[in-house]
Amino acid sequence: MTTPAPAIELKGISKAFGPVQANKDISMSVARGTIHGIVGENGAGKSTLMSILYGFYKADRGEIFINGKPTPIPDSQAAIRAGIGMVHQHFKLVENFTVVENVILGAEDGALLTPSIAKARKLLTELSEEYGLKVDPDAIIEDLSVGHQQRVEILKQLYRHADILILDEPTGVLTPSEADQLFRILERLKEEGKTIILITHKLREIMEITDTVSVMRRGEMTNTVRTADTSPAELAEMMVGRKVLLRVEKAPAQPGDVVLKVDNLRVVRGGVERLKGVSFEIRAGEILGIAGVAGNGQTELLEVLGGMIPAQGGSVTLHNEAIDLTGKHSDGQTRRARGIGHVPEDRQDEGLIMAFEAWENVAFGYHKDPKFNSGMLMNHAAIKADCADKMARYDVRPPNPRLPARNFSGGNQQKIVVAREMDRAPDLLLVGQPTRGVDIGAIEFIHSQIIALRDQGKAILLVSVELDEIMGLSDRIAVMFDGKLMGERLPSETNENELGLLMAGVTDTRTEGAA
Amino acid sequence: MDKMPKWADIILIPLISVVLALVVSGLVVALIGESPWRAMQVMVQGAFGSAYGWGYTLYYATNFIFTGLAVAVAFHARLFNIGGEGQAAIGGLGVAIILLGVAWPHWTIALLAAILFSAAFGAAWAAVPAYLQAKRGSHIVITTIMFNYIASALLVYLLVNVFRVEGSMAPESARFAEATNLPTASDFAGFLGFGTSAPLNFAFFIALLACVGVWLLIWKTRLGYEIRAFGQSQTAAVYAGINPTKIIMITMLISGGLAGMMAINVVMGEAERLVLDFVEGAGFVGIAVALMGRSHPVGVVLAALLFGALYQGGAELQFEMPAISREMVVVIQALVILFTGALDNMVRMPMESLFLSLRRRREAGQSQTPAE
Repeated sequence: MTTPAPAIELKGISKAFGPVQANKDISMSVARGTIHGIVGENGAGKSTLMSILYGFYKADRGEIFINGKPTPIPDSQAAIRAGIGMVHQHFKLVENFTVVENVILGAEDGALLTPSIAKARKLLTELSEEYGLKVDPDAIIEDLSVGHQQRVEILKQLYRHADILILDEPTGVLTPSEADQLFRILERLKEEGKTIILITHKLREIMEITDTVSVMRRGEMTNTVRTADTSPAELAEMMVGRKVLLRVEKAPAQPGDVVLKVDNLRVVRGGVERLKGVSFEIRAGEILGIAGVAGNGQTELLEVLGGMIPAQGGSVTLHNEAIDLTGKHSDGQTRRARGIGHVPEDRQDEGLIMAFEAWENVAFGYHKDPKFNSGMLMNHAAIKADCADKMARYDVRPPNPRLPARNFSGGNQQKIVVAREMDRAPDLLLVGQPTRGVDIGAIEFIHSQIIALRDQGKAILLVSVELDEIMGLSDRIAVMFDGKLMGERLPSETNENELGLLMAGVTDTRTEGAA
Repeated sequence: MDKMPKWADIILIPLISVVLALVVSGLVVALIGESPWRAMQVMVQGAFGSAYGWGYTLYYATNFIFTGLAVAVAFHARLFNIGGEGQAAIGGLGVAIILLGVAWPHWTIALLAAILFSAAFGAAWAAVPAYLQAKRGSHIVITTIMFNYIASALLVYLLVNVFRVEGSMAPESARFAEATNLPTASDFAGFLGFGTSAPLNFAFFIALLACVGVWLLIWKTRLGYEIRAFGQSQTAAVYAGINPTKIIMITMLISGGLAGMMAINVVMGEAERLVLDFVEGAGFVGIAVALMGRSHPVGVVLAALLFGALYQGGAELQFEMPAISREMVVVIQALVILFTGALDNMVRMPMESLFLSLRRRREAGQSQTPAE
């Protein structure tokens, strides 16, 4: 048997957006029936390359070969015909349609839906069994968990006879166990002869599931290696272009007085009790990490402490002084005045106004600060100067205060938020998902800033769904499940398995240790 | 990276929209057998050809500046205030009450009082829909439009039963005292040829001042910053400690106040008494003005000038070319609103791709690598 033609071969692909060369002379070859990883920092050109392969963009130069045949892909219809399917990071599903309706959407056989749906239901059942993709065909999308919605996206592609699947940051929204399940599915797909391209910045995933991996940096494909022949540290170095600390370096905590004391905190939202009596305390100079699957009350905990929503019961004290939780006498600004900084979970919807320029965002929430105002009017010059100063010290690139927030990369957006909230050295810092969608270089920087704040004797509440981050940064770890804290652990005395069980609500891993 | 240079966004696209609207209007005129070319000449000549024409054009523009600013301010908070019509009508009520109720010694003091009352009444009329939006989530588009009808009915009732001069059959109030009459264009700009018949009056300067005020408010004050932040993202505003209820209320009060101030121009400056239906659709034109002016005071002034010209030119058109009826003129005005407001994207998208391809070509020309 001669070696079969590679499933995908790219030759000399180049693409420029204005002055930015997003892809430079990229050549790549992926063998049939393998999983190929593409890693790189945000803005390295991964998404552009995949968009070219899927027909969203047209390459300025270069050729695409599918199964050895030159295949121009001018639009996504051509990509589908060539057997390419793409699962986007943000799902493209109609929330109030059922699974089967979503699967046939755009691929209906005729004007009447009934025959298409019947056919699709049968095929879905077969596909589900073949690949272990179990989903109820009649479930409404919005009732499904994120992991199941992603399965629907994969099923959609398989229904369209995709042989080559591109997954863009597929685990960004998944819990560790959901991610594991996804990987099992991908392995099954591979065994059945499908070719998979996995775009991610999580090196652990690359090591766990891929056969080969390509590294992109600044629009170029710098290396392609067999996964078995490399290591996370080596990949990180190739991505960033220098040695990177994958583990957080920190000295043991030196806890001082209690800064924050939360007692029996209850929050009801939308008729659902999201916090069911949460109690904990944080001392000066320590980081309390809250682990848990997203949606178990962590968001509400941050929002109630940050003054965004009222509480229905319980008490919170900062330095032994009560904080108003009714929402009538306090809001985000009064919290900030009390010395509570808040890096929110979602920088695009909460932490920043994407249409505002960077300098306007640097004053966001602090815009009543006298140093940003002169009399009736805001002092734009002072805010711009402050912004330029923060950009220099927090390494925000490009250091241009006049650039709208949406034109910065995710990592640099986050640095703007971090600079704003941490630079005033708040007594208590609330941090939610500090490194979500942030590249490795920026992660390292943000983590070191958090540790530095702790070492100044400040109290930090860290909420993250990334267990690595919780384990690496926290001095104490509490796990949240269904609106309650499942007990505390010391990072040195626990492991991912135990935390994973607590995250699933299993408490009898140990008999004592609860707060 | 923006898709288009800024000048294209704020000047070229509205200009193309207006031209398109005029072309279609020309076709309509041709369809009824009249010369579009002559119609165009009559309109331009009527609006800008004489001091008399300017007097009317700028008078209408004054109305549209007030209502346009009202819509623009609300737009910045992503609130769609289409109640300018009713807020202006109630503003007129405020003007009538204060001018009839007090014997004013001089127009300057009367003007200050009229500004205060027209704004306060207009704001009060916007307050109820604003409260319902802020506290109950009732959609402001629905409530403000309903309040237009209530305002109209209320004005009819008050004019017929309360304000009507005894013995008169006309539903209008008594004339305001001579001392409260605002200086007209012939008083302050007679040297430019403005006669006594032109309705342009001192309120024009109040409108321009209001533009400066709105510009300062939106781009220079903390409140404007909060309004814009709230308009961009409500969750982010809450995160920053900005109270949504407060922003909705204040923004709508300012918006209603600006709409109400339109009454200074018409009720105090021109009619010199409160008459029925004096708003004449200016509240709705304000929406088109704000859209076309990109919610910026300078844009609002320019768009208001265009619509002022359309109103005045349209009136001349009916007069000069009887075949073109009043309804026909309304069609032309509606076409301009349609093209500049509703069909903005129809012009925008081709222009964006045009500028994109122009830029590509320029860059391709710069890079030395040969294209395939």
